[in-house]
Amino acid sequence: MSTSSEALPQRHRRDIDPYRLGRGYGAPGYGGGGRDLPTGRGEGGPASKRVIVGFGFWVFLLSDIVMFSAFFAAHAVLQTATAGGPSGRDLFDPSRVALETAFLLASSFTCGMSAVASSVRNQLWTQVSLLVTGILGACFLALEAYEFTQMIHTGAGPETSAFLSSFFAVVGLHGCHVTAGLLWLGTMMAQVFVKGFRPNIQRRLLCFNLFWHTLDIIWVALFTIVYLIGEGR
Amino acid sequence: MSGRQEDLEPDGADVAPGVIDAAEETVREKIGGYLLGLVLATLLTIASFYVAGTSLIWGPSIPIALAVLAIAQIGIHLAFFLHITTAPDNTNNILALAFGILIVVLVVAGSLWIMDHLNQNMVPMDRMMQMQR
Repeated sequence: MSTSSEALPQRHRRDIDPYRLGRGYGAPGYGGGGRDLPTGRGEGGPASKRVIVGFGFWVFLLSDIVMFSAFFAAHAVLQTATAGGPSGRDLFDPSRVALETAFLLASSFTCGMSAVASSVRNQLWTQVSLLVTGILGACFLALEAYEFTQMIHTGAGPETSAFLSSFFAVVGLHGCHVTAGLLWLGTMMAQVFVKGFRPNIQRRLLCFNLFWHTLDIIWVALFTIVYLIGEGR
Repeated sequence: MSGRQEDLEPDGADVAPGVIDAAEETVREKIGGYLLGLVLATLLTIASFYVAGTSLIWGPSIPIALAVLAIAQIGIHLAFFLHITTAPDNTNNILALAFGILIVVLVVAGSLWIMDHLNQNMVPMDRMMQMQR
């Protein structure tokens, strides 16, 4: 009944994973002798931990996007409520926004490069691409902080009008996410360096990648609604 | 390429979002996918900034053009960076995304619709000032 591990085809052998949630399912000698491979759709037991962690984090990110949508809705409603104060046309600098967009898009790409490097367990290129991602993210944050301080100094702080309150809320919330992402990135670099590409570290890298790409997606909505459409108001 | 991931899925099983589906894809192909996504996203971004500042397009249509370009770019990000596909192994990811989009549309469109109606039914500001006198 039970087949030896060597006799199994490749995909059966790599299925025997100590980090798998449903340990034992699909292993030779268990139940159907290795035929019950989990599909993640109920057959053959629970999906692997990587699928469950990735999907769970995806659901979290979608709930984060729903939270952002409330801030976006508030801003869209209040975009013209300037209370006699400055409007987007007076405040926004398209070239600075373009530069911020370029930084974040480039960091999203280098983050993808870190995913490729970690999928082949290349320590050097994983660290290099994560470092570049972090530097580009920090450049983005520095530009945003400069914009905020400049606006507050010229009397266009969040207390000036409903438009500016909602502007600082939605852009600041995105900035907070980027800051949290940078801290996470730093800890991920340290973990990859110290612990190597263990399955749990790979799962954390996967979640970090999803988080960083999602921040870029939110920025696309943000520069379109807040800056480009807001400039025309 | 060397160095397989420990917990790759058997064929036909679900994949997590962000995981490049074809496990046998080479590093060169993976990088090519990200590069293609980067190029397309850059082109759409440039188009957005150009459309926002141009006088070639009828003014009131610009916000709609910008929205279309943004949705296209978000699609590019989802497909090339987050590796969300329409394949059967992505059913769970796509369904969660569809529900997320439903809620986002309800919140944003609903807020704009309701607040627009409220604004229309408000007493104009100058009349309000006269009433308070």
